[in-house]
Amino acid sequence: MILKRFKRDAKGFFFEGLTLVSALIIITILIVMLVVIIIGGKSMFTWEFLTSFPTEGMTQGGIFPALFGTALMVIIMSIAAVPFGVITAIYLTEYAKENSVIARSIRFAVRTLAVIPSIIFGLFGLGFFIKFVGTGMDSAFMGGQLKWGQPNILWASLTMALLTLPVVIVSVEEALKTIPRELREASLALGATKWQTIRRVVLPGSYSGIMTGTILAVSRGAGEVAPILFTGAAYYLATLPGSLSDQFMSLGYHIYIMTTQSANVDQTLPIQFGTTLVLLLLTFSLNIVAIILRYRIRRRRIA
Amino acid sequence: MILQKIRTENMYLYYGNKMALNNVSISIPEKQVTALIGPSGCGKSTFLRSLNRMNDLIDSVKIEGNIFVDDINIYDKNIDVVNLRKKVGMVFQKSNPFAKSIFDNVAYGPRINGNNNKSELKEIVEKSLRDAAIWDEVKDRLHDSAMGLSGGQQQRLCIARTLAVDPEIILMDEPASALDPISTSKIEELIFQLKENFTIVIVTHNMQQAARISDNTAFFYLGELIEYNKTKKIYTNPDKKQTEDYISGRFG
Ligand SMILES: Nc1ncnc2c1ncn2[C@@H]1O[C@H](COP(=O)(O)OP(=O)(O)O)[C@@H](O)[C@H]1O
Ligand SMILES: [Mg+2]
Repeated sequence: MILKRFKRDAKGFFFEGLTLVSALIIITILIVMLVVIIIGGKSMFTWEFLTSFPTEGMTQGGIFPALFGTALMVIIMSIAAVPFGVITAIYLTEYAKENSVIARSIRFAVRTLAVIPSIIFGLFGLGFFIKFVGTGMDSAFMGGQLKWGQPNILWASLTMALLTLPVVIVSVEEALKTIPRELREASLALGATKWQTIRRVVLPGSYSGIMTGTILAVSRGAGEVAPILFTGAAYYLATLPGSLSDQFMSLGYHIYIMTTQSANVDQTLPIQFGTTLVLLLLTFSLNIVAIILRYRIRRRRIA
Repeated sequence: MILQKIRTENMYLYYGNKMALNNVSISIPEKQVTALIGPSGCGKSTFLRSLNRMNDLIDSVKIEGNIFVDDINIYDKNIDVVNLRKKVGMVFQKSNPFAKSIFDNVAYGPRINGNNNKSELKEIVEKSLRDAAIWDEVKDRLHDSAMGLSGGQQQRLCIARTLAVDPEIILMDEPASALDPISTSKIEELIFQLKENFTIVIVTHNMQQAARISDNTAFFYLGELIEYNKTKKIYTNPDKKQTEDYISGRFG
Protein backbone atom coordinates (compact mmCIF):
# COMPACT_ATOMS: atom_id res chain seq x y z
CA MET A 1 0.00 0.00 0.00
CA ILE A 2 2.52 2.55 1.16
CA LEU A 3 4.93 1.51 -1.52
CA LYS A 4 2.23 1.93 -4.17
CA ARG A 5 1.42 5.35 -2.92
CA PHE A 6 5.06 6.29 -2.83
CA LYS A 7 5.42 5.15 -6.43
CA ARG A 8 2.45 7.25 -7.47
CA ASP A 9 3.73 10.30 -5.63
CA ALA A 10 7.18 9.86 -7.10
CA LYS A 11 5.70 9.69 -10.58
CA GLY A 12 3.69 12.84 -10.00
CA PHE A 13 6.71 14.57 -8.59
CA PHE A 14 8.79 13.55 -11.56
CA PHE A 15 6.31 14.90 -14.10
CA GLU A 16 5.74 18.11 -12.22
CA GLY A 17 9.49 18.59 -12.17
CA LEU A 18 9.74 17.83 -15.86
CA THR A 19 7.18 20.48 -16.81
CA LEU A 20 8.90 23.02 -14.59
CA VAL A 21 12.29 22.30 -16.13
CA SER A 22 10.88 22.61 -19.66
CA ALA A 23 9.32 25.93 -18.81
CA LEU A 24 12.59 27.17 -17.31
CA ILE A 25 14.56 26.11 -20.38
CA ILE A 26 12.23 28.07 -22.64
CA ILE A 27 12.40 31.17 -20.48
CA THR A 28 16.18 30.93 -20.27
CA ILE A 29 16.54 30.68 -24.04
CA LEU A 30 14.34 33.71 -24.47
CA ILE A 31 16.25 35.74 -21.93
CA VAL A 32 19.64 34.76 -23.36
CA MET A 33 18.47 35.71 -26.84
CA LEU A 34 17.16 39.05 -25.68
CA VAL A 35 20.24 39.86 -23.65
CA VAL A 36 22.61 38.96 -26.49
CA ILE A 37 20.66 41.00 -29.00
CA ILE A 38 20.24 43.99 -26.71
CA ILE A 39 23.88 44.07 -25.69
CA GLY A 40 25.04 43.63 -29.27
CA GLY A 41 22.60 46.10 -30.75
CA LYS A 42 22.09 48.86 -28.21
CA SER A 43 25.09 50.94 -29.20
CA MET A 44 23.75 50.94 -32.79
CA PHE A 45 20.27 51.91 -31.74
CA THR A 46 20.43 55.60 -32.58
CA TRP A 47 18.31 58.03 -34.51
CA GLU A 48 21.14 58.25 -37.01
CA PHE A 49 21.01 54.47 -37.59
CA LEU A 50 17.27 54.48 -38.14
CA THR A 51 17.21 57.39 -40.54
CA SER A 52 20.24 57.04 -42.79
CA PHE A 53 21.05 54.94 -45.82
CA PRO A 54 23.70 52.21 -45.78
CA THR A 55 27.10 53.43 -46.92
CA GLU A 56 30.48 51.99 -47.89
CA GLY A 57 29.04 48.96 -49.67
CA MET A 58 26.62 48.37 -46.77
CA THR A 59 29.35 48.02 -44.18
CA GLN A 60 28.51 51.37 -42.59
CA GLY A 61 25.53 53.66 -42.18
CA GLY A 62 21.94 52.98 -41.26
CA ILE A 63 18.93 50.93 -42.22
CA PHE A 64 16.43 53.55 -43.26
CA PRO A 65 15.47 51.99 -46.64
CA ALA A 66 14.90 48.60 -44.99
CA LEU A 67 12.75 50.15 -42.28
CA PHE A 68 10.83 52.18 -44.84
CA GLY A 69 10.40 49.18 -47.14
CA THR A 70 9.11 46.97 -44.35
CA ALA A 71 6.66 49.65 -43.25
CA LEU A 72 5.39 50.25 -46.77
CA MET A 73 5.08 46.53 -47.41
CA VAL A 74 3.01 45.88 -44.29
CA ILE A 75 0.77 48.84 -45.11
CA ILE A 76 0.03 47.52 -48.61
CA MET A 77 -0.35 44.05 -47.15
CA SER A 78 -2.88 45.30 -44.60
CA ILE A 79 -4.86 47.16 -47.22
CA ALA A 80 -5.25 43.83 -49.01
CA ALA A 81 -5.54 41.41 -46.10
CA VAL A 82 -7.71 43.31 -43.62
CA PRO A 83 -10.80 44.05 -45.75
CA PHE A 84 -10.65 40.60 -47.28
CA GLY A 85 -10.23 38.97 -43.89
CA VAL A 86 -13.01 41.02 -42.30
CA ILE A 87 -15.40 40.18 -45.12
CA THR A 88 -14.59 36.49 -44.83
CA ALA A 89 -15.05 36.56 -41.07
CA ILE A 90 -18.39 38.34 -41.47
CA TYR A 91 -19.51 35.72 -43.94
CA LEU A 92 -18.49 32.91 -41.62
CA THR A 93 -20.08 34.25 -38.45
CA GLU A 94 -23.08 36.15 -39.79
CA TYR A 95 -24.21 34.53 -43.00
CA ALA A 96 -22.97 30.95 -43.32
CA LYS A 97 -24.85 28.27 -41.46
CA GLU A 98 -22.59 26.78 -38.83
CA ASN A 99 -22.16 23.38 -40.45
CA SER A 100 -22.77 24.15 -44.09
CA VAL A 101 -20.35 22.68 -46.61
CA ILE A 102 -19.16 26.13 -47.65
CA ALA A 103 -18.44 27.30 -44.10
CA ARG A 104 -16.62 24.09 -43.30
CA SER A 105 -14.55 24.30 -46.48
CA ILE A 106 -13.58 27.89 -45.74
CA ARG A 107 -12.59 27.02 -42.18
CA PHE A 108 -10.56 24.08 -43.47
CA ALA A 109 -8.86 26.30 -46.03
CA VAL A 110 -8.04 28.92 -43.41
CA ARG A 111 -6.56 26.35 -41.05
CA THR A 112 -4.51 24.84 -43.86
CA LEU A 113 -3.30 28.22 -45.03
CA ALA A 114 -2.10 28.90 -41.50
CA VAL A 115 0.23 25.88 -41.42
CA ILE A 116 1.75 26.09 -44.90
CA PRO A 117 5.50 26.84 -44.65
CA SER A 118 6.18 30.43 -45.57
CA ILE A 119 8.63 29.57 -48.34
CA ILE A 120 5.74 27.93 -50.18
CA PHE A 121 3.94 31.26 -50.14
CA GLY A 122 7.04 32.76 -51.68
CA LEU A 123 7.02 30.21 -54.46
CA PHE A 124 3.32 30.64 -54.96
CA GLY A 125 3.75 34.41 -55.19
CA LEU A 126 6.45 33.97 -57.77
CA GLY A 127 4.38 31.56 -59.83
CA PHE A 128 1.01 33.19 -59.48
CA PHE A 129 1.50 36.93 -59.02
CA ILE A 130 4.66 37.46 -61.03
CA LYS A 131 4.61 34.79 -63.75
CA PHE A 132 0.88 34.53 -64.20
CA VAL A 133 -0.75 37.85 -63.25
CA GLY A 134 2.24 40.11 -63.82
CA THR A 135 3.34 38.64 -67.12
CA GLY A 136 -0.28 38.54 -68.19
CA MET A 137 -0.63 42.25 -67.39
CA ASP A 138 2.53 43.02 -69.33
CA SER A 139 1.37 41.32 -72.47
CA ALA A 140 -2.12 42.78 -72.13
CA PHE A 141 -1.29 46.39 -71.27
CA MET A 142 2.43 46.95 -71.81
CA GLY A 143 2.78 45.39 -75.23
CA GLY A 144 4.98 42.68 -73.82
CA GLN A 145 7.40 45.10 -72.23
CA LEU A 146 8.61 43.91 -68.82
CA LYS A 147 7.05 45.92 -66.01
CA TRP A 148 4.78 43.83 -63.80
CA GLY A 149 6.18 40.42 -64.59
CA GLN A 150 9.07 40.82 -62.17
CA PRO A 151 9.43 41.09 -58.39
CA ASN A 152 8.06 44.27 -56.83
CA ILE A 153 6.55 45.58 -53.61
CA LEU A 154 3.00 44.97 -54.77
CA TRP A 155 3.47 41.26 -55.41
CA ALA A 156 5.50 40.86 -52.23
CA SER A 157 2.80 42.58 -50.18
CA LEU A 158 0.03 40.50 -51.73
CA THR A 159 1.98 37.31 -51.10
CA MET A 160 2.42 38.38 -47.50
CA ALA A 161 -1.28 39.20 -47.32
CA LEU A 162 -2.08 35.59 -48.17
CA LEU A 163 0.20 34.42 -45.40
CA THR A 164 -1.36 36.70 -42.78
CA LEU A 165 -4.96 36.28 -43.88
CA PRO A 166 -5.71 33.45 -41.41
CA VAL A 167 -4.56 35.63 -38.51
CA VAL A 168 -6.97 38.38 -39.54
CA ILE A 169 -9.88 36.03 -40.14
CA VAL A 170 -9.50 34.22 -36.83
CA SER A 171 -9.16 37.43 -34.77
CA VAL A 172 -12.11 39.12 -36.41
CA GLU A 173 -14.28 36.01 -36.12
CA GLU A 174 -13.48 35.85 -32.43
CA ALA A 175 -14.45 39.49 -32.01
CA LEU A 176 -17.70 39.16 -33.97
CA LYS A 177 -18.73 36.25 -31.78
CA THR A 178 -18.48 38.40 -28.66
CA ILE A 179 -21.37 40.58 -29.82
CA PRO A 180 -24.31 39.21 -27.87
CA ARG A 181 -27.31 37.79 -29.68
CA GLU A 182 -29.52 40.16 -27.70
CA LEU A 183 -28.04 43.17 -29.46
CA ARG A 184 -28.52 41.68 -32.90
CA GLU A 185 -32.12 40.86 -31.98
CA ALA A 186 -32.69 44.37 -30.64
CA SER A 187 -31.57 45.81 -33.94
CA LEU A 188 -33.59 43.41 -36.08
CA ALA A 189 -36.67 43.95 -33.94
CA LEU A 190 -36.43 47.66 -34.71
CA GLY A 191 -36.79 46.85 -38.38
CA ALA A 192 -33.13 46.88 -39.31
CA THR A 193 -31.99 44.62 -42.11
CA LYS A 194 -29.30 42.08 -41.48
CA TRP A 195 -26.72 44.22 -43.21
CA GLN A 196 -27.74 47.34 -41.24
CA THR A 197 -27.38 45.31 -38.07
CA ILE A 198 -23.90 44.16 -39.03
CA ARG A 199 -22.88 47.61 -40.16
CA ARG A 200 -24.23 49.57 -37.19
CA VAL A 201 -24.14 47.17 -34.24
CA VAL A 202 -21.85 44.23 -34.91
CA LEU A 203 -18.91 45.93 -36.61
CA PRO A 204 -18.64 48.93 -34.24
CA GLY A 205 -18.50 46.46 -31.37
CA SER A 206 -15.72 44.56 -33.10
CA TYR A 207 -13.28 47.33 -33.89
CA SER A 208 -10.80 46.24 -31.24
CA GLY A 209 -10.89 42.71 -32.67
CA ILE A 210 -10.25 44.01 -36.16
CA MET A 211 -7.40 46.10 -34.76
CA THR A 212 -5.96 43.06 -32.98
CA GLY A 213 -6.06 41.02 -36.16
CA THR A 214 -4.43 43.79 -38.15
CA ILE A 215 -1.66 44.29 -35.63
CA LEU A 216 -0.93 40.58 -35.35
CA ALA A 217 -0.85 40.32 -39.12
CA VAL A 218 1.48 43.30 -39.37
CA SER A 219 3.84 41.95 -36.75
CA ARG A 220 3.90 38.57 -38.47
CA GLY A 221 4.39 40.13 -41.89
CA ALA A 222 7.09 42.51 -40.73
CA GLY A 223 9.29 39.64 -39.62
CA GLU A 224 8.80 37.11 -42.42
CA VAL A 225 11.44 36.87 -45.13
CA ALA A 226 10.65 33.77 -47.15
CA PRO A 227 7.47 35.07 -48.83
CA ILE A 228 9.18 38.20 -50.14
CA LEU A 229 12.44 36.54 -51.10
CA PHE A 230 11.41 35.87 -54.71
CA THR A 231 8.59 38.34 -54.96
CA GLY A 232 10.00 41.78 -54.30
CA ALA A 233 12.72 42.18 -51.67
CA ALA A 234 15.97 43.66 -52.92
CA TYR A 235 19.55 43.24 -51.79
CA TYR A 236 20.35 46.91 -51.99
CA LEU A 237 18.61 49.93 -53.44
CA ALA A 238 20.01 53.43 -53.58
CA THR A 239 16.53 54.95 -53.66
CA LEU A 240 13.29 54.31 -51.86
CA PRO A 241 10.51 52.53 -53.77
CA GLY A 242 8.44 55.16 -55.55
CA SER A 243 5.75 53.02 -57.15
CA LEU A 244 4.08 49.66 -56.74
CA SER A 245 6.26 48.20 -59.47
CA ASP A 246 9.50 49.00 -57.61
CA GLN A 247 11.43 46.56 -55.48
CA PHE A 248 12.09 47.34 -51.83
CA MET A 249 14.44 46.56 -48.97
CA SER A 250 13.17 44.91 -45.82
CA LEU A 251 14.50 44.47 -42.31
CA GLY A 252 14.39 40.68 -42.22
CA TYR A 253 15.99 40.30 -45.61
CA HIS A 254 18.58 42.89 -44.68
CA ILE A 255 19.64 40.78 -41.69
CA TYR A 256 19.90 37.75 -43.92
CA ILE A 257 22.01 39.65 -46.45
CA MET A 258 24.25 41.11 -43.79
CA THR A 259 24.97 37.77 -42.16
CA THR A 260 25.48 35.71 -45.29
CA GLN A 261 26.21 37.85 -48.31
CA SER A 262 28.11 40.81 -46.96
CA ALA A 263 31.62 41.58 -48.21
CA ASN A 264 32.80 41.56 -44.65
CA VAL A 265 30.56 39.71 -42.24
CA ASP A 266 32.57 40.49 -39.12
CA GLN A 267 32.72 44.17 -39.82
CA THR A 268 28.95 44.40 -40.25
CA LEU A 269 28.23 42.54 -37.02
CA PRO A 270 27.04 45.69 -35.20
CA ILE A 271 24.66 46.46 -38.07
CA GLN A 272 23.29 42.93 -37.90
CA PHE A 273 22.66 43.26 -34.18
CA GLY A 274 21.21 46.72 -34.58
CA THR A 275 18.83 45.63 -37.33
CA THR A 276 17.78 42.57 -35.34
CA LEU A 277 17.07 44.73 -32.32
CA VAL A 278 14.93 47.10 -34.37
CA LEU A 279 12.94 44.24 -35.89
CA LEU A 280 12.52 42.61 -32.50
CA LEU A 281 11.32 45.81 -30.86
CA LEU A 282 8.91 46.38 -33.70
CA THR A 283 7.26 42.95 -33.52
CA PHE A 284 7.38 42.87 -29.72
CA SER A 285 5.60 46.16 -29.28
CA LEU A 286 3.01 45.26 -31.91
CA ASN A 287 2.35 41.96 -30.16
CA ILE A 288 2.01 43.61 -26.78
CA VAL A 289 -0.58 46.02 -28.15
CA ALA A 290 -2.42 43.06 -29.68
CA ILE A 291 -2.34 41.14 -26.41
CA ILE A 292 -3.77 44.09 -24.52
CA LEU A 293 -6.57 44.54 -27.04
CA ARG A 294 -7.35 40.85 -27.04
CA TYR A 295 -7.41 40.75 -23.27
CA ARG A 296 -9.95 43.58 -23.28
CA ILE A 297 -12.16 41.71 -25.74
CA ARG A 298 -12.03 38.51 -23.70
CA ARG A 299 -12.93 40.37 -20.54
CA ARG A 300 -15.92 41.88 -22.26
CA ARG A 301 -17.12 38.46 -23.33
CA ILE A 302 -17.05 37.18 -19.78
CA ALA A 303 -18.77 40.30 -18.43
CA MET B 1 -66.86 47.77 -32.08
CA ILE B 2 -63.42 46.74 -30.93
CA LEU B 3 -60.99 45.97 -33.72
CA GLN B 4 -59.06 42.72 -33.61
CA LYS B 5 -55.45 43.66 -34.26
CA ILE B 6 -53.84 40.23 -34.21
CA ARG B 7 -55.43 36.92 -35.02
CA THR B 8 -53.97 33.44 -35.18
CA GLU B 9 -55.75 30.43 -36.66
CA ASN B 10 -54.80 26.87 -35.77
CA MET B 11 -51.22 27.79 -35.30
CA TYR B 12 -48.60 25.11 -34.69
CA LEU B 13 -44.91 25.75 -34.12
CA TYR B 14 -42.13 23.17 -34.08
CA TYR B 15 -38.49 23.40 -33.03
CA GLY B 16 -37.22 20.60 -35.26
CA ASN B 17 -39.51 17.71 -34.35
CA LYS B 18 -40.51 19.15 -31.02
CA MET B 19 -43.89 20.83 -30.92
CA ALA B 20 -43.83 24.09 -28.95
CA LEU B 21 -47.23 25.54 -29.89
CA ASN B 22 -50.21 23.31 -30.35
CA ASN B 23 -53.20 24.60 -32.28
CA VAL B 24 -53.30 28.16 -30.95
CA SER B 25 -56.21 30.30 -32.14
CA ILE B 26 -56.58 33.71 -30.55
CA SER B 27 -57.80 37.22 -31.35
CA ILE B 28 -56.04 40.13 -29.73
CA PRO B 29 -57.95 43.44 -29.63
CA GLU B 30 -56.54 46.80 -30.59
CA LYS B 31 -55.33 49.29 -27.97
CA GLN B 32 -55.66 46.95 -25.06
CA VAL B 33 -53.17 45.08 -22.96
CA THR B 34 -53.24 41.34 -23.42
CA ALA B 35 -51.20 39.27 -20.99
CA LEU B 36 -49.80 35.82 -21.73
CA ILE B 37 -49.37 33.74 -18.60
CA GLY B 38 -48.41 30.17 -17.89
CA PRO B 39 -45.62 28.13 -16.35
CA SER B 40 -42.10 28.45 -17.65
CA GLY B 41 -41.50 26.60 -20.92
CA CYS B 42 -45.14 26.58 -22.01
CA GLY B 43 -44.46 28.56 -25.17
CA LYS B 44 -45.25 32.18 -24.23
CA SER B 45 -42.03 33.61 -25.65
CA THR B 46 -42.28 31.35 -28.66
CA PHE B 47 -45.76 32.63 -29.37
CA LEU B 48 -44.76 36.26 -28.88
CA ARG B 49 -41.75 35.93 -31.16
CA SER B 50 -43.93 34.52 -33.90
CA LEU B 51 -45.89 37.77 -34.03
CA ASN B 52 -42.94 39.80 -35.35
CA ARG B 53 -41.28 36.81 -36.99
CA MET B 54 -38.26 36.87 -34.71
CA ASN B 55 -38.45 33.09 -34.87
CA ASP B 56 -37.24 33.35 -38.46
CA LEU B 57 -33.77 33.69 -36.95
CA ILE B 58 -33.91 30.14 -35.61
CA ASP B 59 -33.27 27.67 -38.41
CA SER B 60 -35.12 24.75 -36.87
CA VAL B 61 -38.45 26.58 -36.48
CA LYS B 62 -41.39 25.48 -38.61
CA ILE B 63 -44.78 27.13 -38.41
CA GLU B 64 -48.17 25.90 -39.57
CA GLY B 65 -51.47 27.74 -39.52
CA ASN B 66 -52.08 31.44 -40.04
CA ILE B 67 -51.16 34.60 -38.22
CA PHE B 68 -52.83 37.83 -39.23
CA VAL B 69 -51.93 41.36 -38.26
CA ASP B 70 -54.56 43.81 -39.48
CA ASP B 71 -56.00 40.93 -41.50
CA ILE B 72 -52.76 40.49 -43.40
CA ASN B 73 -51.14 37.09 -43.21
CA ILE B 74 -47.68 37.93 -41.92
CA TYR B 75 -46.17 34.63 -43.06
CA ASP B 76 -47.25 35.25 -46.63
CA LYS B 77 -44.46 35.09 -49.20
CA ASN B 78 -44.90 38.74 -50.16
CA ILE B 79 -44.53 40.12 -46.66
CA ASP B 80 -41.50 42.30 -46.01
CA VAL B 81 -40.27 41.18 -42.58
CA VAL B 82 -38.41 44.44 -42.05
CA ASN B 83 -41.62 46.44 -42.46
CA LEU B 84 -43.53 44.02 -40.27
CA ARG B 85 -41.04 44.56 -37.46
CA LYS B 86 -41.39 48.31 -37.75
CA LYS B 87 -45.09 47.90 -37.20
CA VAL B 88 -44.73 45.24 -34.49
CA GLY B 89 -42.09 46.40 -32.02
CA MET B 90 -40.56 44.27 -29.30
CA VAL B 91 -39.15 44.82 -25.82
CA PHE B 92 -37.04 41.99 -24.45
CA GLN B 93 -36.74 40.41 -21.04
CA LYS B 94 -33.17 41.53 -20.58
CA SER B 95 -32.74 45.19 -21.40
CA ASN B 96 -30.44 45.38 -24.39
CA PRO B 97 -29.38 48.95 -25.17
CA PHE B 98 -26.65 49.39 -27.78
CA ALA B 99 -23.22 50.53 -26.61
CA LYS B 100 -24.06 53.98 -27.93
CA SER B 101 -25.30 57.20 -26.40
CA ILE B 102 -28.84 57.50 -25.08
CA PHE B 103 -29.69 59.71 -28.03
CA ASP B 104 -28.21 57.33 -30.59
CA ASN B 105 -30.07 54.41 -29.07
CA VAL B 106 -33.43 56.09 -29.54
CA ALA B 107 -32.49 57.54 -32.93
CA TYR B 108 -31.38 54.12 -34.16
CA GLY B 109 -34.72 53.12 -35.65
CA PRO B 110 -35.44 56.42 -37.45
CA ARG B 111 -31.88 56.47 -38.77
CA ILE B 112 -32.03 53.01 -40.30
CA ASN B 113 -35.22 54.22 -41.94
CA GLY B 114 -33.13 56.87 -43.62
CA ASN B 115 -34.08 59.83 -41.44
CA ASN B 116 -30.96 61.91 -40.89
CA ASN B 117 -32.64 65.25 -40.33
CA LYS B 118 -31.11 66.56 -37.10
CA SER B 119 -34.05 68.56 -35.82
CA GLU B 120 -36.55 65.86 -36.70
CA LEU B 121 -34.43 63.27 -34.92
CA LYS B 122 -34.20 65.48 -31.87
CA GLU B 123 -37.95 65.81 -31.83
CA ILE B 124 -38.54 62.08 -32.20
CA VAL B 125 -35.99 61.26 -29.50
CA GLU B 126 -37.54 63.71 -27.03
CA LYS B 127 -41.07 62.54 -27.71
CA SER B 128 -40.13 58.88 -27.42
CA LEU B 129 -38.25 59.43 -24.18
CA ARG B 130 -41.19 61.40 -22.79
CA ASP B 131 -43.64 58.70 -23.81
CA ALA B 132 -41.43 56.12 -22.13
CA ALA B 133 -41.44 58.22 -18.93
CA ILE B 134 -37.69 58.58 -18.79
CA TRP B 135 -37.15 62.03 -20.32
CA ASP B 136 -36.72 63.87 -17.04
CA GLU B 137 -34.08 61.44 -15.87
CA VAL B 138 -31.92 61.61 -18.98
CA LYS B 139 -32.58 64.96 -20.65
CA ASP B 140 -29.32 66.43 -19.34
CA ARG B 141 -27.16 63.55 -20.49
CA LEU B 142 -28.54 62.48 -23.82
CA HIS B 143 -25.05 62.05 -25.21
CA ASP B 144 -23.75 59.90 -22.39
CA SER B 145 -23.49 56.17 -22.92
CA ALA B 146 -26.68 54.22 -22.32
CA MET B 147 -24.65 51.63 -20.48
CA GLY B 148 -24.38 54.01 -17.52
CA LEU B 149 -28.13 53.88 -16.82
CA SER B 150 -29.67 51.68 -14.14
CA GLY B 151 -31.44 48.47 -15.15
CA GLY B 152 -34.88 50.03 -14.90
CA GLN B 153 -33.81 53.08 -16.86
CA GLN B 154 -32.24 50.89 -19.52
CA GLN B 155 -35.48 49.02 -19.94
CA ARG B 156 -37.48 52.24 -20.32
CA LEU B 157 -34.84 53.43 -22.78
CA CYS B 158 -35.44 50.25 -24.77
CA ILE B 159 -39.15 51.00 -24.73
CA ALA B 160 -38.39 54.54 -25.96
CA ARG B 161 -36.21 53.08 -28.69
CA THR B 162 -39.13 50.90 -29.79
CA LEU B 163 -41.56 53.82 -29.69
CA ALA B 164 -39.28 55.89 -31.90
CA VAL B 165 -39.99 53.54 -34.79
CA ASP B 166 -43.67 54.43 -34.40
CA PRO B 167 -45.05 50.89 -34.17
CA GLU B 168 -48.70 49.96 -33.76
CA ILE B 169 -48.13 46.88 -31.66
CA ILE B 170 -45.61 46.42 -28.86
CA LEU B 171 -44.64 42.93 -27.76
CA MET B 172 -43.08 42.68 -24.32
CA ASP B 173 -41.41 39.55 -23.02
CA GLU B 174 -41.29 39.73 -19.23
CA PRO B 175 -40.04 43.32 -19.44
CA ALA B 176 -39.87 43.77 -15.67
CA SER B 177 -38.74 40.36 -14.51
CA ALA B 178 -35.17 41.52 -13.90
CA LEU B 179 -36.12 44.78 -12.18
CA ASP B 180 -36.59 45.97 -8.63
CA PRO B 181 -40.14 46.72 -7.38
CA ILE B 182 -39.89 50.48 -7.94
CA SER B 183 -38.70 50.12 -11.51
CA THR B 184 -41.33 47.45 -12.05
CA SER B 185 -44.15 49.71 -10.97
CA LYS B 186 -42.81 52.45 -13.22
CA ILE B 187 -42.92 50.08 -16.17
CA GLU B 188 -46.43 48.98 -15.25
CA GLU B 189 -47.61 52.56 -15.07
CA LEU B 190 -46.01 53.17 -18.42
CA ILE B 191 -47.76 50.20 -20.00
CA PHE B 192 -51.03 51.55 -18.70
CA GLN B 193 -50.42 54.86 -20.48
CA LEU B 194 -49.12 53.27 -23.66
CA LYS B 195 -52.25 51.26 -24.32
CA GLU B 196 -54.03 54.45 -25.27
CA ASN B 197 -52.06 54.44 -28.50
CA PHE B 198 -50.65 50.96 -28.86
CA THR B 199 -51.78 47.39 -28.83
CA ILE B 200 -49.70 45.65 -26.18
CA VAL B 201 -49.05 41.95 -25.78
CA ILE B 202 -47.06 41.17 -22.65
CA VAL B 203 -45.64 37.95 -21.32
CA THR B 204 -45.39 37.75 -17.58
CA HIS B 205 -45.13 35.00 -15.07
CA ASN B 206 -46.06 37.38 -12.33
CA MET B 207 -49.79 36.83 -11.92
CA GLN B 208 -50.42 39.90 -9.81
CA GLN B 209 -48.80 41.93 -12.53
CA ALA B 210 -51.00 40.39 -15.21
CA ALA B 211 -54.04 41.09 -13.08
CA ARG B 212 -53.05 44.71 -12.50
CA ILE B 213 -52.18 45.79 -15.99
CA SER B 214 -54.02 43.67 -18.52
CA ASP B 215 -57.46 43.77 -20.08
CA ASN B 216 -57.30 40.24 -21.42
CA THR B 217 -55.38 37.22 -20.24
CA ALA B 218 -54.37 34.14 -22.15
CA PHE B 219 -53.31 31.10 -20.18
CA PHE B 220 -50.86 28.78 -21.94
CA TYR B 221 -49.94 25.32 -20.81
CA LEU B 222 -47.59 22.92 -22.61
CA GLY B 223 -47.91 24.82 -25.85
CA GLU B 224 -51.68 24.97 -25.79
CA LEU B 225 -53.88 27.97 -25.25
CA ILE B 226 -55.99 26.65 -22.40
CA GLU B 227 -58.15 29.66 -21.70
CA TYR B 228 -58.46 33.17 -23.00
CA ASN B 229 -60.81 35.79 -21.68
CA LYS B 230 -61.20 39.14 -19.98
CA THR B 231 -58.64 39.37 -17.21
CA LYS B 232 -61.33 39.95 -14.62
CA LYS B 233 -63.17 36.82 -15.64
CA ILE B 234 -59.98 34.70 -15.71
CA TYR B 235 -59.02 35.81 -12.24
CA THR B 236 -62.40 35.59 -10.59
CA ASN B 237 -64.17 32.81 -12.34
CA PRO B 238 -62.09 30.81 -14.84
CA ASP B 239 -63.83 28.21 -16.95
CA LYS B 240 -61.08 25.62 -16.78
CA LYS B 241 -59.80 23.88 -13.74
CA GLN B 242 -56.20 24.07 -14.98
CA THR B 243 -56.45 27.83 -15.15
CA GLU B 244 -57.82 28.02 -11.66
CA ASP B 245 -55.08 25.76 -10.34
CA TYR B 246 -52.39 27.87 -11.96
CA ILE B 247 -53.81 31.19 -10.79
CA SER B 248 -54.28 29.99 -7.27
CA GLY B 249 -50.66 28.92 -7.30
CA ARG B 250 -51.20 25.19 -7.17
CA PHE B 251 -48.59 24.61 -9.85
CA GLY B 252 -46.07 26.44 -12.02
N1 LIG C 1 -34.43 28.00 -29.80
C1 LIG C 1 -35.08 26.91 -29.34
N2 LIG C 1 -34.77 25.69 -29.82
C2 LIG C 1 -35.41 24.60 -29.36
N3 LIG C 1 -36.37 24.61 -28.44
C3 LIG C 1 -36.72 25.80 -27.92
C4 LIG C 1 -36.09 27.02 -28.34
N4 LIG C 1 -36.66 28.04 -27.65
C5 LIG C 1 -37.57 27.50 -26.86
N5 LIG C 1 -37.63 26.15 -27.00
C6 LIG C 1 -38.52 25.22 -26.30
O1 LIG C 1 -39.84 25.57 -26.58
C7 LIG C 1 -40.64 25.49 -25.41
C8 LIG C 1 -41.29 26.83 -25.13
O2 LIG C 1 -40.29 27.76 -24.77
P1 LIG C 1 -40.61 29.28 -24.47
O3 LIG C 1 -41.45 29.80 -25.55
O4 LIG C 1 -39.33 29.96 -24.23
O5 LIG C 1 -41.44 29.19 -23.12
P2 LIG C 1 -41.82 30.34 -22.08
O6 LIG C 1 -41.48 31.65 -22.66
O7 LIG C 1 -43.27 30.14 -21.84
O8 LIG C 1 -41.04 30.04 -20.85
C9 LIG C 1 -39.72 25.02 -24.30
O9 LIG C 1 -39.87 23.64 -24.16
C10 LIG C 1 -38.36 25.33 -24.80
O10 LIG C 1 -37.42 24.42 -24.32
MG1 LIG D 1 -40.06 33.11 -21.96
